[in-house]
Amino acid sequence: MSTTKPKVRHPSLPRNKHGLTFRDYEGAVSTLCAGCGHDSVTGAIVQAAFELEIEPHGLAKMSGIGCSSKTPAYFLSASHGFNSVHGRMPSVTTGANAAHRDLIYLGISGDGDSLSIGLGQFAHAIRRNLNMAYLIENNGVYGLTKGQFSASADVGSKAKKGEANQQPPIDPVSLAMSLGATFVARSFSGDKAQLVPLLKAALTHTGFALVDIISPCVTFNDHEGSTKSYRWSREHVHKVVHTDFVPPAGEITADYEAGVAIPVDMHDGSRVMLRKVDDDYDPTDRLAAIDYLQRHTAAGEVVTGLLYIDESKPDMHGVSGTTATPLRDLDYDALNPGADALAEIQSAWR
Amino acid sequence: MGEQPARASVNDVVIKIGTVNGSGSASANGLLLKALFRMGIPVCGKNYFPSNIQGLPTWYEIRVTGDGYRAAAGRVDIMVAMNAQTYAKDLEAVEPGGWLIYDSTWPRSRLLARDDIHIVGVPLSELCNSHFEGARARVLMKNIAYVGVLAGLLDMDVGVIETLLAETYASKPQLIDSNREAIRLGYDYAREHFECPLPVKVAPLDKTAGHVLVDGNTAAGLGAVYAGATVGAWYPITPSTSLMDAFQHFCQRLRTDTDTGERRYCIVQAEDELAAIGMVLGASWMGARAFTPTSGPGISLMGEFLGFAYYAEVPAVVFDVQRCGPSTGMPTRTQQSDLMTCAYASHGDTKHVLLFPSDPAECFTMAAEAFDLAETLQTPVIVLSDLDIGMNDWMVPELEWPEDYEPARGKVLDAEARKQMESFHRYLDVDGDAIPYRTLPGTGGAYFTRGSGHNRFGGYTEDSAEYQDVVDRLNDKWETARERVPAPVAIDANFASAGIIAVGSSDGAVLEALDRLAADGIAVDYLRPRAFPFADAVRDFIAAHEVVFVVEQNRDAQLRTLLMLDVGADPAKLVSVLHYDGMPITAASIVEPIARHVREGRAA
Repeated sequence: MSTTKPKVRHPSLPRNKHGLTFRDYEGAVSTLCAGCGHDSVTGAIVQAAFELEIEPHGLAKMSGIGCSSKTPAYFLSASHGFNSVHGRMPSVTTGANAAHRDLIYLGISGDGDSLSIGLGQFAHAIRRNLNMAYLIENNGVYGLTKGQFSASADVGSKAKKGEANQQPPIDPVSLAMSLGATFVARSFSGDKAQLVPLLKAALTHTGFALVDIISPCVTFNDHEGSTKSYRWSREHVHKVVHTDFVPPAGEITADYEAGVAIPVDMHDGSRVMLRKVDDDYDPTDRLAAIDYLQRHTAAGEVVTGLLYIDESKPDMHGVSGTTATPLRDLDYDALNPGADALAEIQSAWR
Repeated sequence: MGEQPARASVNDVVIKIGTVNGSGSASANGLLLKALFRMGIPVCGKNYFPSNIQGLPTWYEIRVTGDGYRAAAGRVDIMVAMNAQTYAKDLEAVEPGGWLIYDSTWPRSRLLARDDIHIVGVPLSELCNSHFEGARARVLMKNIAYVGVLAGLLDMDVGVIETLLAETYASKPQLIDSNREAIRLGYDYAREHFECPLPVKVAPLDKTAGHVLVDGNTAAGLGAVYAGATVGAWYPITPSTSLMDAFQHFCQRLRTDTDTGERRYCIVQAEDELAAIGMVLGASWMGARAFTPTSGPGISLMGEFLGFAYYAEVPAVVFDVQRCGPSTGMPTRTQQSDLMTCAYASHGDTKHVLLFPSDPAECFTMAAEAFDLAETLQTPVIVLSDLDIGMNDWMVPELEWPEDYEPARGKVLDAEARKQMESFHRYLDVDGDAIPYRTLPGTGGAYFTRGSGHNRFGGYTEDSAEYQDVVDRLNDKWETARERVPAPVAIDANFASAGIIAVGSSDGAVLEALDRLAADGIAVDYLRPRAFPFADAVRDFIAAHEVVFVVEQNRDAQLRTLLMLDVGADPAKLVSVLHYDGMPITAASIVEPIARHVREGRAA
């Protein structure tokens, strides 16, 4: 059974321009383990959506199968959700987006869902530059089936009972970069200050926005020897870019030192300010970014931040030249060629 | 020509042309087919082709049938053997008393000759080499020249052929002259060297007015356009590929804004069939009409999603253009062997609505019916065509589109309608027809779509009673579907105790078999179900007959099994007539087993 939260709202809770409070962006009570990283991500999504002042019905929540994919039930209860089959969320989202290009698509996936059973669909959604935010709640382990290694587990990372993983990991960030993703970020579920602005930027980006979130599994992968534990992640995270999200017509309040911040204008009028923490890093240079990531990954660091962004590439509809009106909203009259056209077509068939 | 006895007939001849894949013979064969059609004579055109791009043998067969039969004849009267590689086999295939035309530029060994047929040698290469320049042109014109030879031998109207050439090459006038010359070369050679016309010949008729020649995939693709489909997702697979090609072609022509170039459709070539059906589900959930064309192997891959769509009640339209299985099977051969896998695609208690078009005209109309049913029933609908329908050229009545057609979008609540209702629960049977209401994303009335246990209100559940409540209602919805699917077509032979049940592309062969059986004094009724679940009329038909011959194109009698499972038909009454060698079914393959059964029954 899912448990719904009480609808009582404290009268002094701040409301956004739709008259909605933070609580209106919540969902059912989570059934994940206490302390699960995924619940922190859920909290960050709620905050990002509230602060972005998204109309809940204008967003669609998409997921596959696994602990991560259950979470869309725990946020934005006023948005339609589609909890699909294992590894196939990208295709369902592709179809939904094909039918309605104006909704915001938020896909929640996990490392098993995206990097094993769903690797093909993940890759092809990137290739199409599908306009969606794609979150991987990455814990290196299969939780619902009780603790098998996933494809993102590092070599040598230990399972709960002690055996070490021998297979090299698939890193969704490197993969997405090499496939030409137009927005690639990594964060840590324990760092809400970093995660929330990243999610806001991802939800605002036109095209495929990957946010790989290290999100520890407290039950099966948070022990000594695991490279996806809270402790390991805190000790090895290397932030290279800090992201400030500035809403449309918003005022830039931070004091940016000349040459340090890179402004990126988003299609909806908002602006992302990228502050380099590491001077060596340029989030607009794909090849240099890939090189940097590979070097730092080899050194055992988990590089986080908005690692790559390109707002100039057309999304799937831009490439295919689809009309501006969402296809599902077109009247039948705009689709029916009529009886005369049918007669003309058939004149070539005799 | 020799002294062999010749079969004489007018407008009843089967011409088979053996060529090499990729040699450009398709346009010559199409020209021949259309010219006969324009003379007012009913024709069927069948492709027998390899799974290959260039170099392997390929055949095209034209059945000229003044009686208007629609099945393969199962015989060859005139073989045009253009492919030395298959010459021996082609020679064997000719009916005694028939003709074999070959390129006598390189005379064949006497060893390959047959005494009981007529060998017609025409030096096609020599004629074309002396009249045309360039290797490619010579090969292409050789094809056109054999059309000229056939025109002479069969007494075809050359004026009709010339008009067709002028229309075909209206934008390339230089091609009109060369093609016309090639026709004349063949025609004149035949007239000069042989006694023309042959005893089998053609003569103008008036039986093709109001008809067109079209293949099923083209008609289905066009049907999807008229049905208002906007999203097409697919992965290329023979023999379904030309369906999406057609949809794209017609959309480009009819749904592209002439000023801006903007498209009122979106076609996605998916990474595989799993993705293709996922896209269809996503788009249908969003409220667009979406579809995917595929063949057997694609259906196998779509299994998990089809079960999801059944249980979560998401509309979807799938065209399965069946080919030979199992496994990769024979991709360029026809069969009706996906009936069971489509009817029950996916794990768990799952069953799907199937439609059975019998020809391209029904591919066109059933495309719209499929979308209407998928949306009103909120479930996948699979249209079971096959290679014979999908990729062969059929004469069908001109397609018509009702001006008053409005897509049946089913129980979709917009914001306004939702206000009128006391409450909205996604899986609640409000109207007693077991069909719940749905809302579309973007319009409010949010619900959570999931394949896991859900109750009638749309909430997650692992409660036994709540789960069973939902799957039982789905079974009730199946009965609603039974009332709404297209009705069977019946042919009543009056007081017959025997009946035939067949679906899809078997129809042409069954209709011809009925005539032949009647000529033998065997009266048989015929019922052609057009959908699964089977309408009550199917159950009644079986009950009303002592024996029912179930004609189908697969080894395991899948249609017979469906009849037993879905309407509880008495297996003792159901006698299988099976054809599954990959070639289109013929009347003979139906007549012989039925006649034998009847004779044995009488003897007993």
